[in-house]
Amino acid sequence: MDILYKILIDPFLQMGQAPDLFVQTLWEGLVAGVLYSLIALGFVLIFKASGVFNFAQGIMMVFAALTLVGLHAKGVPAFLALALTVVVMLVLAIGIERLVLRPLVNQPDIILFMATFGLTYFLIGLGEVIFGGEPKTMITDALYLPRGSYEWKAFGGFVAFQKIDIAAVIIASVMVAGLAVFFQKTRIGRALRAVADSHKAALSVGISLEQIWVIVWFTAGIVALATGIMWGARSDVSFALQILALKALPVLILGGFTSIPGAIVGGVIIGVGEKVGEFYWGPLLGSGIESWLAYVIALVFLLFRPQGLFGERIIERI
Amino acid sequence: MRAPSEKDVAAGDVLLAVEDVSLSFGGIKAIRDVSFDIRKGEIRAIIGPNGAGKTSMLNVINGFYTPQQGRIRFKGKTRSKMRPYDAARGGIARTFQNVALFRGMTALDNIMAGRTLKMHRGLFWQMLRFGPALREEVEHRRAVEEIIDFLHIEHIRKTPVGRLPYGLQKRVELGRALAMEPDLLLLDEPMAGMNLEEKEDMSRFVLDVNQHFGTTIALIEHDMGVVMDLSDRVVVLEYGRKIADGTPDEVKKDQGVIDAYLGVAH
Repeated sequence: MDILYKILIDPFLQMGQAPDLFVQTLWEGLVAGVLYSLIALGFVLIFKASGVFNFAQGIMMVFAALTLVGLHAKGVPAFLALALTVVVMLVLAIGIERLVLRPLVNQPDIILFMATFGLTYFLIGLGEVIFGGEPKTMITDALYLPRGSYEWKAFGGFVAFQKIDIAAVIIASVMVAGLAVFFQKTRIGRALRAVADSHKAALSVGISLEQIWVIVWFTAGIVALATGIMWGARSDVSFALQILALKALPVLILGGFTSIPGAIVGGVIIGVGEKVGEFYWGPLLGSGIESWLAYVIALVFLLFRPQGLFGERIIERI
Repeated sequence: MRAPSEKDVAAGDVLLAVEDVSLSFGGIKAIRDVSFDIRKGEIRAIIGPNGAGKTSMLNVINGFYTPQQGRIRFKGKTRSKMRPYDAARGGIARTFQNVALFRGMTALDNIMAGRTLKMHRGLFWQMLRFGPALREEVEHRRAVEEIIDFLHIEHIRKTPVGRLPYGLQKRVELGRALAMEPDLLLLDEPMAGMNLEEKEDMSRFVLDVNQHFGTTIALIEHDMGVVMDLSDRVVVLEYGRKIADGTPDEVKKDQGVIDAYLGVAH
């Protein structure tokens, strides 16, 4: 009985007794969730347009952040470095289309998936050669990203909002809204969805696969850059960050691989679930819930709703 | 209406000519030394037994395959290599044997996708849905609604096409090709898998497209009755070779064609 009390009742009592702590936990979870969403968004973009799970999304994020920091360290002004990094991501997108995607066109998806593994290790090697392996600090101040925090006195205590977290949430929301409109309302967005559904039909109406792939990888590169800046500002810029990209997997399973809103909602559910689970239930199991809870939630979803919350229902005619 | 220019092909002139085309996949020769032409304004049928190279021929014409030998002359310009993108830009539209639609998109969006090459306004304005970009979207939407009316598919315009029955999917696919306002429309077995009523509907659409819009049509079809009724001229392929070419009546009487279809005693 004691254990049931600890699992089912005690955590909620704690939430009620210290609402300020609870709100703080929710906020932390929301911020982490938004950042997961951004990573997941990079995956969704490429999955929508080419049906490929891009394993290299994590390293693209690290590579973008390293390029930005590295250029600034060489004495390039911060915003020029940002612009140059965008150019580097464009060159990368064109290179990937030319050297990886084009030769593999019409191959099974698994081949393209394996190619993104190759791309990952190539980018790790390239990044280490150019920038070295040691962790670096994100140039937060030079980019005028805010520091410090607001304190909100409420619930008989206070809740602290880091300004950088608020900035992250705002930037992520703007990017997501922009991408959603881009996909739904523009000619190129329609072409992207068309390519995702059928290559040959897209070709027959005059959509250029090469152009679409460059656009989509470039967009994913921009998302990777934004994610890299935000994650880099919270910790260091290092190759270890790409492991975080794997957190996008449960987010995608939850939200559906093809849905932009799904990536957002999935990210927030995972982020909040992790933090709340860690804070209130963590002590019961010895802490460390954070590292696996997301995958358990994803597993439950796979059992009951394999297409995710917002994914397209899989209907096959037999 | 724009004034006719030198580049325009008058009705009855050759719109597209296939010249000595050979295509092989490894050791398999899909097409051997085939030549024929398609004249402006006609309905041209390509027939032949299974494996005769008909679909390969369409794929050569719209640039999916590049023939090892021979040339394609389209609107007076000769190309040995033409990519699908260039073909679409040049005014060649097509449908596929097993229906290739954008399954996750609605019928309306599928047909709108056919207007891709005709929309030019900047991305930024399209996202804001403002000014010229909005006018452009409205204008193309109107053209697409006309096609939807023409094909009698108003009731399914918002349905994701993956859920539609086969016959309607074929109609949406035709709609997407028509949205490109093509000079040459390639139809790969437009009536395959249809019942009699659906076949009659589709035949009427093909004739209407040809007569009202003046679109030149090349079609592959197995149903001989349909071919003989619809087409102005027929080219017959067997094992990648051309064995006959002429009006339906001429082809029907050709001994080689009869042998190819009915088999011949050795």
